[in-house]
Amino acid sequence: MATTYYSEEHEWITIEGNTGTVGITDFAQEQLGDIVFAEVTKTNEEVTKHEEVAVVESVKAASDIFSPVSGLISEVNVLLEDTPETINSDPLDNGWIFKITITNPDELDDLMDLDSYNKFVESIK
Amino acid sequence: MTEAQLKLSPINDLHLKYEARMVPFSGYSMPLQYKLGVKQEHIHTRTKAGLFDVSHMGQICLKGDEVKDELENLVPSDIKSLNEGEMRYTLFLNKEGGILDDLIVTNAGDHLFVVVNAACRHKDIKFLRDNLRCDIEELEDRALMALQGPVSETVLEMLAPGVADLKFMSSGEFSICGAECFITRSGYTGEDGFEISMPSMMAEEIAETILSHEDTELIGLGARDSLRLEAGLCLYGQDINEMTTPVEANLGWTVGKRRRKEGGFPGCENIIRQLKDGVSTRRYGVRPDGRAPARAGTEIFDLEGNKVGDISSGGFGPTVGAPIAMAYIDSPSIETGSKVSVLVRDSLLPATITNLPFITPNYKRT
Repeated sequence: MATTYYSEEHEWITIEGNTGTVGITDFAQEQLGDIVFAEVTKTNEEVTKHEEVAVVESVKAASDIFSPVSGLISEVNVLLEDTPETINSDPLDNGWIFKITITNPDELDDLMDLDSYNKFVESIK
Repeated sequence: MTEAQLKLSPINDLHLKYEARMVPFSGYSMPLQYKLGVKQEHIHTRTKAGLFDVSHMGQICLKGDEVKDELENLVPSDIKSLNEGEMRYTLFLNKEGGILDDLIVTNAGDHLFVVVNAACRHKDIKFLRDNLRCDIEELEDRALMALQGPVSETVLEMLAPGVADLKFMSSGEFSICGAECFITRSGYTGEDGFEISMPSMMAEEIAETILSHEDTELIGLGARDSLRLEAGLCLYGQDINEMTTPVEANLGWTVGKRRRKEGGFPGCENIIRQLKDGVSTRRYGVRPDGRAPARAGTEIFDLEGNKVGDISSGGFGPTVGAPIAMAYIDSPSIETGSKVSVLVRDSLLPATITNLPFITPNYKRT
């Protein structure tokens, strides 16, 4: 069964086997506003936890997306090339940004479950 | 500056009521966006009518027998020829011809009404006091709102009968909700529209009355920035500053015909020479060919890899539907239509040099 974890940088990662699918949370997309461009800058590269791997741009500003875990960026969501606004309309499903082959599953222990993440968001609002 | 020290707009409560996301801006707490979001607010302004709170801008009254002559000593525009009710966009200049601020001057009959940038208001007031002998009064009990977009005339004519007769860059006194308002047909979005100076005490009631029209929405600073960028209009401190002259900024048209002959404004020798001989650095539009926006500070290169300029403002134009930018280009081989590269996150991306604006302005000139 797939399990989803959340980071303090407002990314979610859903784990199936040793592959994680990563996107940003609903709170994050709302904070960023209308997204006009999304790009994964580290395709097919080995990255470490907290490394900048993608950029998401709203009308106003660019925001870096960090990898919540270490691994190999194995796939990017090509849907976002032409319709980056999918991150706004469907952030938790079709608006996923990249997939990563995880090299250190222990790092998942540092992430939050949904309940903890919701409390975290409340605490910073 | 901590949030506690930020000044509040006279309609701060209204911003909070309409769930604005408030941000610090030039010492004020101002709305970045409301519930619609930047993109929809931008499109709403281009298609219907958007209400902007611009009360952070400085409103100044200049009064005196020689006020027009005195002001001409500080700006390159023809102020003396402004008839009552007429207004003009102009620039405060330093001795080298660098731009100290951009402003709007209106002949309001017995005085000149001047609107300056929020970030420059204290500097401007000092500049005026140091250089003018006339009376200088900052109108701190007045709010300023802009109603912009193609439906603005319909909305405002219902509240202030007669405003529909105003032409672009003209003004008059009107009454809204019983309050005395000074209304100009102007704005900074590229759309037809009005700016309304009103008593602060009445601002909330007037704003609510305007918003009661179904085609009107509150619009924040985010959309104000993308609207002015599409319209090719400069943001002081970003696209123009003390190091840029009007000619370099492609604002040579602010230098009045008579003033080109007579001079008598700061930096006039430099500016008149630049108007005649041309400049080596000039403001242009830039269109990245792809979807990635090129933001302020992005470096521009020619196809041989030589640096030819920098982007001063850049982002996404919701009406254009693509990334847009303004830049200073300092290479004689680059002109409108030239293919260049912009350096975005270590990648050289193709882009094209263009004229400004990116949209066709919709001003009511006749």
